[in-house]
Amino acid sequence: MFETLSDRLEGIFGRLRGRGRLSDEDVDGALREIRTALLDADVDVRVARSFVDGIRLRLVGQDLSRSLSPGQQVIKAVHEELIGILGGETLRISYASAPPTVVLLAGLQGSGKTTTSAKLARWFRQQGRNPMLVGADLQRPAAVEQLRILGQQAGVPVFSEATDPVTVATAGLNEARRLGRDVLVVDTAGRLAIDQELMDEVRRISDAVSPHFTFLVIDAMTGQDAVATAEAFHETLDLDGVILTKLDGDARGGAALSVKEVVGKPIAFASTGERLADFDQFHPDRMASRILGMGDVMSLIEQAEREFDSDVTQRGAERLMEGRFTLEDFLSQLQQVKKLGSLGGILSLLPGVPKELKQAGTSIDDGQITQVEAIIQSMTGKERADPSLIDGGRRRRIATGSGTSIQEVNQLLRQFKDAQQLIKSPGMLGGMLGGRGGKSAQVLSEQMGDLASLAPGGADAFGELGMGLPGGSPPMRGPGGGGGKGLKGSKKKKGGGRVTPKAGGRGRQP
Amino acid sequence: MSALWIVLAVIVVLAIVGTSVTLSRRSTSRGRAAGTSPPAVRPKPPPPAPSRPSAPSRPSSGPPAAAETTSAPSEAPIVDTTAPDTTVVDATATVAPSPGPEEAQEQSADVVAPADLRERMGKTRGLFSGYVRALRGRGSVDDQTWDDLEEALLRADVGTATTTALLDDLRQRTHRGDLRGPDAVVAALRDALRASLEGTGDIGLALEEGVTNVWLFVGVNGVGKTTTIGKIARQQTAEGHSVLLAAGDTFRAAAAEQLEIWATRAGVGLVRGAEGSDPSAVVFDAVQRANARGQILVLADTAGRLHTKVNLVEELKKIRRVADRPPGRVTEVLLVLDATTGQNGVTQARQFLDAVGVTGVVLTKLDGTAKGGIVVAIQRELGLPVKLVGIGEGPDDLITFDADTFVDALFD
Repeated sequence: MFETLSDRLEGIFGRLRGRGRLSDEDVDGALREIRTALLDADVDVRVARSFVDGIRLRLVGQDLSRSLSPGQQVIKAVHEELIGILGGETLRISYASAPPTVVLLAGLQGSGKTTTSAKLARWFRQQGRNPMLVGADLQRPAAVEQLRILGQQAGVPVFSEATDPVTVATAGLNEARRLGRDVLVVDTAGRLAIDQELMDEVRRISDAVSPHFTFLVIDAMTGQDAVATAEAFHETLDLDGVILTKLDGDARGGAALSVKEVVGKPIAFASTGERLADFDQFHPDRMASRILGMGDVMSLIEQAEREFDSDVTQRGAERLMEGRFTLEDFLSQLQQVKKLGSLGGILSLLPGVPKELKQAGTSIDDGQITQVEAIIQSMTGKERADPSLIDGGRRRRIATGSGTSIQEVNQLLRQFKDAQQLIKSPGMLGGMLGGRGGKSAQVLSEQMGDLASLAPGGADAFGELGMGLPGGSPPMRGPGGGGGKGLKGSKKKKGGGRVTPKAGGRGRQP
Repeated sequence: MSALWIVLAVIVVLAIVGTSVTLSRRSTSRGRAAGTSPPAVRPKPPPPAPSRPSAPSRPSSGPPAAAETTSAPSEAPIVDTTAPDTTVVDATATVAPSPGPEEAQEQSADVVAPADLRERMGKTRGLFSGYVRALRGRGSVDDQTWDDLEEALLRADVGTATTTALLDDLRQRTHRGDLRGPDAVVAALRDALRASLEGTGDIGLALEEGVTNVWLFVGVNGVGKTTTIGKIARQQTAEGHSVLLAAGDTFRAAAAEQLEIWATRAGVGLVRGAEGSDPSAVVFDAVQRANARGQILVLADTAGRLHTKVNLVEELKKIRRVADRPPGRVTEVLLVLDATTGQNGVTQARQFLDAVGVTGVVLTKLDGTAKGGIVVAIQRELGLPVKLVGIGEGPDDLITFDADTFVDALFD
């Protein structure tokens, strides 16, 4: 389960590389793995089947790429196909000539409609509109109150009354007209797709307010049920789009693919957190990576951008590259990284992480990390800067202070020193593995380059690191320009760094 | 497990993720982003707008009395408190649980015999039954048989690993000649599923004498924790136990209000705090109060939280620790799981189990089209039993889990 799809495909294709074409048998094995990956990601069984059949046609007879391994080639094809399905046309929000533009939200219980309503209203406000919210969920205790509070936070007025959902919606519409609001977002109660009575009710709500946009709100962790639900809601309401919620979790989100295939309407928005601001347009490329279990690196990076203290990170990265990384640095970086979630989990998300490290990462538990933290925190500043100061007496003190044993303190100090050596050795990451008899730096660099090309916007970052490998080129340059999308706002192109998979850090031997 | 790996892991993450952050920061020369220092809890929302009555008898379940559009900022203060930060909403003996909209049809004073799970799940009859019919119709066991069974299991969210394990076993037995014909195979599958779900765990709910029992409800967002508490409060009260609710969700807008309505319906008291306050303090106060009044059971609600959020998981651990201090004892940690959840359900279960030690699962929304097969994987991989099943939004829609009934409802 923790072995990534790319690892498994590597295993299947073995020696094949740069010669001939992909045969039927070659492809069969790969397709089985892909199907499993999709099912593990909660893609509907029938959708997965038809998807895989489609991919087969694309792959058989394809020339083997010279630069990509067969595994990478297959993943790339699958990735592109997924993006095609998930993306397709984007939803253009157009506004009614006679305001207000009515937006209706529907979905199962607990999918996040109420929070999404407020987020959507806020989003409209940011677009320069004058929205209003209608609380038509009269079923769930305190739902209207929840919406009122959120509406306040969003700066959007909320209308409701103690009648019935259809009447509330109608009255809300009239109120919006009266107040001159130009967008009306209607929150409705969660309902089961098979509850005929409630599906009739939502149909009546829709008939009453004639929405310009009807969105199905669906939880990213939904399993095989997604299709039945989407079909039923689409049949009843004629959806215009889908809003995917709770993407800040680690569910792979295959429901997105299933729903898109079944409903055929765009996934309009993605909700990525509990704050009202955690709401954005949907990124099909990120979703594709996520479904394939390749992690959503861009979201991780965005989250890091939000949560990391930029000064601390910058300092840490610089000192890392300069080979001056101390226990103090390590401690502050560890604390930063923890904000992103479990360390093992993060590692498994990142492409280009050496396999050994990923495997080790899955067995890292919070307790061990806390222990390491405690040990360092029991050291004085001087000790952290220069561990050679730490004699027996100090070790004892540190052990006592952190509730560990002297052996554990010794082990940390010894292993940190090993790590420092590895970092300092020529070619940082290559050195990390070279010393352990693992993959050669060249292969690693190639892999990272290949995979980096699949992480949109990440290409530059990975390319930077790739350039730190044997060849003696300085490990870090300024913001790279070069092929593909740059990082946000990164426009400058310094030095000689073109960072595409074929160039840059690819095995430039001295 | 060596610390070396931890060090390297952090360095790699820093190198990949942190470097990108640094690069983009430099080039956009943005100011410091929001949230640079780790908050212990999520950012607090501003104080809520409408005034909240603290009087015990609330006649209606939710919507305000008249049509209103709120747009002005809050004027009403937070209600008075008895303890420093918490409010106790008492239900007196004269308050009858008031009907919510759906209850009006089925009003009852006692706990009625719970609605039949099979009947509720039977609304979606057809998933397995279609496959099984087709299978039997063909008369012999062939590749199609296995494909059909695989598809049926996967569509029930049983997951690839568990499905493979179950079917491999059946295939072997068929090859050996132990199972002949599709009927035997189907029967064997039913048995295997039943056996998986029965496990060894005790599926009763623990109530110990001489302590203030705390049943902690945990889970991700939107699964039905608060509603489940409302149902359990009613059941336990009907069984003669004295119950107090703790509004441990201090984050979500109107979460305490929602639980308050359930408290009224069940005729039990509630301890709540101000929005944004420390959930551990609320639970602590509830335990103190329950103990002072000789109430045997505290049902503690917590905010929905994704297991991926380290600081929130830490917060939950703290809530558990605090609840477990004498006179309180955490005798159940119930993971509330939505039946529509896919494979992420196993991850959720694993993470919550590691963090706070889950004792059982409440599987909710099983009255929908989802089959909830994820609980098979959860039981097999983690040994976590399903104790209760939610089959609707009404206060009586909660029944004890029964493996036979669950499996039968899948197949019929």
